[in-house]
Amino acid sequence: MDVVTLSRLQFALTAMFHYLFPPLSIGLGALLVLMEGAYLRTGDKDWERLARFWTKVFAVNFAVGVATGIVMEFQFGTNWSTYSRFVGDVFGSALAAEGIFAFFLESGFLAVLVFGWDRVSKEMHFTATTLVALGATFSAVWIVVANSWQQTPAGYALVAHGGVVRAEITDFWAMVFNPSSVERLVHVLLGAYALGGAFVASVSAFYVLRGRHGALARKSLTLAVLFSAAACLALPLSGDTQARTVARTQPAKLAAFEGLYKTSAHAPLSLIGLPDDARQETRFSVAVPGLLSFLVHGRADAAVTGLDAFPARDRPPVAASFFLYHGMVGAGMLLAALFAAAAWRLRGGRLFGDRRLLRALVFGVAVAFAANQLGWVAAEVGRQPWIVYGLLRTKDAVSRSVPAAYVAASIAMFSVIYALLFAVWVTVLNDKIAHGPDEGPQPAHEPGGWLGAAGELADPGGASLTQAKEDER
Amino acid sequence: MNLRVVWFVLLGVLLAGYAILDGFDLGVGILHLGARDDRERRIFMNSIGPLWDGNEVWLVTFGGALFAAFPDAYATAFSAFYLAFMLLLCALIFRAVSMEFRGKRESAAWRRAWDFAFFAASLTAALLFGVAVGDSMLGIPIRADHEFSGGLLDLLRPYALLVGALNVSLFALHGALYLHLKTEGGLQRRVRRWMWHAFGVFLTLYLLTTIVTLIRVPRAVVNFERMPWLWGIVAANVLALANIPRAMFLRRPGQAFASSAVAIAALVALFGAALYPNLIVSSLDPAWSLTLESAASSNKTLGIMAFIAGLGLPFVLAYTGIVYWVFRGKVELGKFSY
Repeated sequence: MDVVTLSRLQFALTAMFHYLFPPLSIGLGALLVLMEGAYLRTGDKDWERLARFWTKVFAVNFAVGVATGIVMEFQFGTNWSTYSRFVGDVFGSALAAEGIFAFFLESGFLAVLVFGWDRVSKEMHFTATTLVALGATFSAVWIVVANSWQQTPAGYALVAHGGVVRAEITDFWAMVFNPSSVERLVHVLLGAYALGGAFVASVSAFYVLRGRHGALARKSLTLAVLFSAAACLALPLSGDTQARTVARTQPAKLAAFEGLYKTSAHAPLSLIGLPDDARQETRFSVAVPGLLSFLVHGRADAAVTGLDAFPARDRPPVAASFFLYHGMVGAGMLLAALFAAAAWRLRGGRLFGDRRLLRALVFGVAVAFAANQLGWVAAEVGRQPWIVYGLLRTKDAVSRSVPAAYVAASIAMFSVIYALLFAVWVTVLNDKIAHGPDEGPQPAHEPGGWLGAAGELADPGGASLTQAKEDER
Repeated sequence: MNLRVVWFVLLGVLLAGYAILDGFDLGVGILHLGARDDRERRIFMNSIGPLWDGNEVWLVTFGGALFAAFPDAYATAFSAFYLAFMLLLCALIFRAVSMEFRGKRESAAWRRAWDFAFFAASLTAALLFGVAVGDSMLGIPIRADHEFSGGLLDLLRPYALLVGALNVSLFALHGALYLHLKTEGGLQRRVRRWMWHAFGVFLTLYLLTTIVTLIRVPRAVVNFERMPWLWGIVAANVLALANIPRAMFLRRPGQAFASSAVAIAALVALFGAALYPNLIVSSLDPAWSLTLESAASSNKTLGIMAFIAGLGLPFVLAYTGIVYWVFRGKVELGKFSY
C-alpha cells in the first residue's frame, strides 16, 4: 500500500479510537455537574455518593482520552506534514488555543476532582467539577472549529510563503465562526450528552435489574434517562439544520450522503438503498419522493444538486458516505425511540419494573457509541477527496519524507497498544462498575460486574464473558 | 517587539515548564525499580498520581503552539523524527497504562511486569527528549524544500546519545529531589543516597557534554558574542546546580528542588540561545535551515496567538499553583490511591 492509503488508515484507526473517549467525557462531565449541583442544593447524600462513583469512571475515561489525544496532535506533523505546512497558520492556532484554554483547565482540576474529595470543601469540589466539564466542552469547541474550517474554510487567504502556497488567517472570527462550526459544535455536544446519558443509564439499569444500590441506582437512572432523552430529541433538529448547510456549502457531500446521483427537482429521500457507481444510481431504494427537496429547500419541487454536477475526481466515495450517514441517522433514531420510551415509562416509576426496557437500556450505550462514531466518520469521508474542502486534496497532504514502511510499522504498533489500552479501559471500568457506588456499611461486591451481566443478558443460558475468564484462571 | 521572537521565547517557556514538571515525574519513573517493596512502589506512583497528567499537558501545548507559530518547523521536525515520535507516544501511553494497571491484581509477577514497564517507558521518554535536543544542536539533513532526507541512523549519533544520557541523569536527579520531599524515614534516606549518585553522574555528563559541544558545535556560542547578557543564563545555571549540594547539606530539600528546577529552565534557555535564530539547523547547507523568519506563521496569526497566550497563561499558572498546593506534603496511601 502507498503512504497515502496507510496514513489515512492510521488516522482513521487513531481518530476513531480516540473518539470513543472525549464524547463520553463531555457527557459524563455535564452529568457530574448536575449530580454535585443537586447535592449542594438539596444536601441529599445520595447525590454525593453518585457523584463520587461517576467521578471514578470519568477519571479512567479521561486518562485514556488524554493518552490517545496526544497521538492525534502529533500525527498532523508526523504523517501529514504537507497539510501542516499548508494549514498551520489557521488550524494550528485552533489546536494551540485548545491546549491553552481547555487542557490545562481540565487536567489541572481533574486532580482535585478525583483525589480531592477529602482535601477541599464541597463548594471548591463543585467548582473543580464545573471547571473540568467546562474544559472538556472548550476542547470540543476548538477541535470542532478546526475541523469545520477544513469542511467550510473561511476567514483566510492563500499566500505564497517561501515559494509554497499556504492558508493564512485574514479574519480570526470569520475563521472561528465559519459557516459550519456552530451547527457542527451543537451536534457534537448533543451527541456527547446523549452518549453520557446512555452510559450512565446503561450501568444504572444494570444495577436496577440486579436489585443493587436501590434508591441510588433509581436516582441515577432517572437523571440519565431524562438527560439523554432531551439530547436525543434535540439531535434530529440540529441534524436537519446542519444538512441544509451541507447542501449549501458542500453539495457533493450531501449528494453522497443521500445517494443522489442526478440533480433533480422532487429529489427523493432514500431511507435505504445501495448506491451503485457503475450505474450512476441508487438501487433497491426505498424513498419518500420529494422529501429531500423539501428538507433542503423547504419546497418539494426545488432542485437538489446531485453528484452529476461534479467531475468524478471531486466526488466522495458514494457508497461509504451513504452507509455511514444512514447508519448514524438510523442509530440516532433507535436511540431516540429507546430514550423517549424510557422517559415516558418513568412516570409513576413504571420503568423500574419494566425488565425488557431496562435490558434494552443496558445495551443502548453501544448504539450511542456507534452513532457518535458513524457521525464523525461520515463527516470526514463525505469531505473526500479533499482534506481542506476545495483547497487541498488528501493525497497531496501527506509527509513527503516518511517511507511507507514506517507508517505500516506504526500502524502495527498502534494496533497493539490500542488493544492493550482498550483492555485496560474495559477492565478498569468493569471493576469500578462491579464495585459500584459506596453505600457506607455494606459494600456490595460482585465479581461478574457489568460485562458479565451483559453477557448473561445477551445469552441468559450460557456462561458470561468474565465468567469464562474466571474459569481459565 | 518582533512577534516571532516573542513566540520563540514562549515556546521556550512551555518547553521549560514541561521539562521541569514532567521531568520530575519521569525521574520518579526512572528511579522506580529502586523502591524495595510494594508499599514503597505505591508511594512512588502516588507521589506523582494526581500530577503527571497535568504535567504532560505542557508537552501537548508546546506541540500545539509550535504548530501554530512555526508550522514549517512543526511539520519538518515531526516527520523527520517519525520513528522517535512513535516510540515516544508508545512510552507515554505505556506509562499511563502501567500506573492504572499495576494495582489491579495482587500477583507479584503482575506487579513486577508493570513496574518494569513504568520504568522502561519513563527511561525511554527521557532518553528520547535528550536525543532530540542533541540532534537539534548538531543539525539534521534538511533539503532546500524543508524536507528531511536522512534515515534513522542520522539521528542516533554519539553526541545525540550523550545528550540523551545527560537528560536521563538530570531527570533522575530532579526526580530524586522531588521524592525526597514526598517521602519519610528509611525510604527518604535511600532516596537521598540516589540523589547523590544521580548528581555525580549528571555532573560528569554535564562537563563532558559542555566540552564536546564547544568542540563539535561552534555555532552554539556565536550568539554569546552578540548578546553578552546570555552569560547571565550560564551563571544562573552553574549557581543553581552548585546550590543543590549546598541546600542538601543545609537540610533545605525544598530549596534543592527549586534549584534543580532553575537549572533545568536555564538549560532550556541555553538550548534556545544556541539555536537562535534557527529552529531546525540543516546539516547539508546552513542556508536551508528553518529559521524564525522562514518557518513562522503570518504576523497577524502570531499576534492573535500572543493575545490568546497572554489571556490564558495567567490562568494556567494559577491552576498549576492551586493543584500543587492542594496536593502538597508527604504521600499518604488511601482509598483513592493507585
